[in-house]
Amino acid sequence: MSNLLDLLVAGLATGAIYALVAVGFTLLWQTSQTINFAQGEFVMLPAFLMLAVMHAGAPFWLAIIIGILLSLLLLGLGFKLLLVDPMLRHGVLPLAIATMALAIGMKEAVKQFFSAEASPFPSIVPAGDVSILGRVVSLQSLGVLALAIAVVIGLTALLNRTSVGHQMQATAQNPTVARIIGVPVERMILLTFLINALLVALASLLITPIYLAKFSSGEVLGQAAFIAAIVGGFNQVRGAIAGGLLIGVVDNLAAAYVSTQYRAAVPLILLIVIILFRPQGLLGRPEERTV
Amino acid sequence: MKSGILAGVLLATVSAAAAFAQGGPIKLANVAELSGGGATVGNNWKNGIDLAIEEINAKGGLLGRKLEVTHADSQSNPGVARAQVQKALDNEPYVLLGPGYSGSVKVTAPLAAEAGIAQIMGGEAAELTQGGNKFLFRTSFGQQSSMPKVAKYINDELKAKSVAIVWVNNDFGKGGRDVITKEFAKYSIKVAADISTEAGQADFAADVSKIKAAAPDAVFVYVNEEESARMLKELKRQAITVPLMGETTLVGQKVVELAGEAANGARGHVGLTTDAPVDLVKAFREKFVKKYNYVPDHNGLKGYLAIYMIKATTEKMGKVDAKAFADNLHGLTIKAASEPGILMDATFDEKGDIDRQGFLVEIVDGKQVVKQVLPKLN
Repeated sequence: MSNLLDLLVAGLATGAIYALVAVGFTLLWQTSQTINFAQGEFVMLPAFLMLAVMHAGAPFWLAIIIGILLSLLLLGLGFKLLLVDPMLRHGVLPLAIATMALAIGMKEAVKQFFSAEASPFPSIVPAGDVSILGRVVSLQSLGVLALAIAVVIGLTALLNRTSVGHQMQATAQNPTVARIIGVPVERMILLTFLINALLVALASLLITPIYLAKFSSGEVLGQAAFIAAIVGGFNQVRGAIAGGLLIGVVDNLAAAYVSTQYRAAVPLILLIVIILFRPQGLLGRPEERTV
Repeated sequence: MKSGILAGVLLATVSAAAAFAQGGPIKLANVAELSGGGATVGNNWKNGIDLAIEEINAKGGLLGRKLEVTHADSQSNPGVARAQVQKALDNEPYVLLGPGYSGSVKVTAPLAAEAGIAQIMGGEAAELTQGGNKFLFRTSFGQQSSMPKVAKYINDELKAKSVAIVWVNNDFGKGGRDVITKEFAKYSIKVAADISTEAGQADFAADVSKIKAAAPDAVFVYVNEEESARMLKELKRQAITVPLMGETTLVGQKVVELAGEAANGARGHVGLTTDAPVDLVKAFREKFVKKYNYVPDHNGLKGYLAIYMIKATTEKMGKVDAKAFADNLHGLTIKAASEPGILMDATFDEKGDIDRQGFLVEIVDGKQVVKQVLPKLN
């Protein structure tokens, strides 16, 4: 039982990061029909941007700020204007392929300019442990979980309780009608891309101290988050959150109680089961064909 | 008359080409893990090779000829390594260098043997040199040499009665796990948990929870460098306080850099370390740091030694002869006094295994501290 608590906390902490990344998948899909297969690399890059700023002599806090701003510029604005807008007019499939190419390009560029080797990355959460229910739990796990939950709550509040959020949801549900009723659709779509860039930058900040900064680190993360988004429901933010947390916990429990050797297969099995019995995901809604 | 001139021209051309070939550079081919999970291994290995070649060439080369090396990236993938080695062998190198991963060595060694080219590699899996391949040579101890020392230390010094084993699920990890398990049986040490992990695995929370539940007296960690760093961090996060024991991949310089404070207290047997109390090793470390601006791990030493193995063997033969190279390296003892580049006296047996001093180290305040020097066996 005590072991179970450790596994749950660690699983939720990892799952919270998957959730942050998975939310980006759903946001982009809802507002602009974009499946970003470079989402994992989007998480990898901010860490290297921050490291570059630190290598230039800046303190960690300044590197975080500059790294987030650069992420908004490159992964939000730049991604939309330079890749999504030109490619989307050719259809969703060419765009998806373009994002795959982008993922390869980002990995190779980071490998070329930084290094193929992993680098350490400082943690924003101090080292140490706290005692919960008689168990020693690391501050880092709790910090990751707390920050991720705060971000998700903030995002949910933005979407559900603000005018901007309602306009974003209207854009997601039906951009044509939204435009007719005066919603600045283009601005809302751009805002979505910027939110995604912020989410991946935060995920990068949280996960890199544990996973280390490496050009290939986005591969595992992108795949896990993509599965989480599908399992939870690709067209629902809350689905992505649930999917992320579920994958994190199931992965850890499977590794501990079933087999560490086959842990990589567990999320895939979960994915297949969900697709078979609930194609729209656990909390997703069925997509209707538009005529 | 015309045909006589033509024959003369041809003869002169052939003679010139032969003379050029004799005096041209000696071609070496390196296939290593320059990217992917083994990038730390491959890049250290490559830099060690480049440093040694630069030194030898600066002193006039080998038997008056320059050394020239081509580097190919295996991407830490045995399939890619095999293709790269095939490509490298097509250029008929004098000696093949690498790879560093045992799995990649396993699939490339038959190619080099078939071509009759000696392969000096970094792999440590026990099985590599047990199959009778006469062209394969180690730059470090195989697991059959290192694991008995590790098990003896765990029994004699740590007094552990139960040990959790964490190993990476590839040829390297499985080989080490199999040998250490047999060694533990000799001392009646119980394997409290037997945990396999994947190369490139990022999250070790569940694995460490399993260790915690097993409550062993010590943990033996045998995974690759980057995963070692992640594992050490997770062990610290989950407050595991029993002794952590491993091999070179647990206490290497890169692991210490990546794991930070979490590496403190980890112990391991290392065949090579830049912290060895050996003057020639210290001098190597200085030269390496000056050139590359970082402290290499054991793979940097292995790459460097590989080139000096080639130099010593070739000078012993007095000629560059790829076909005779392997025969001459078998049974050869290279003394550091006469060939300082070899750093420590080393003997290569008939299987291609190496015998020399080894070290038991502990990470103290982020640095390797040599606790014991284990002498050369023969």
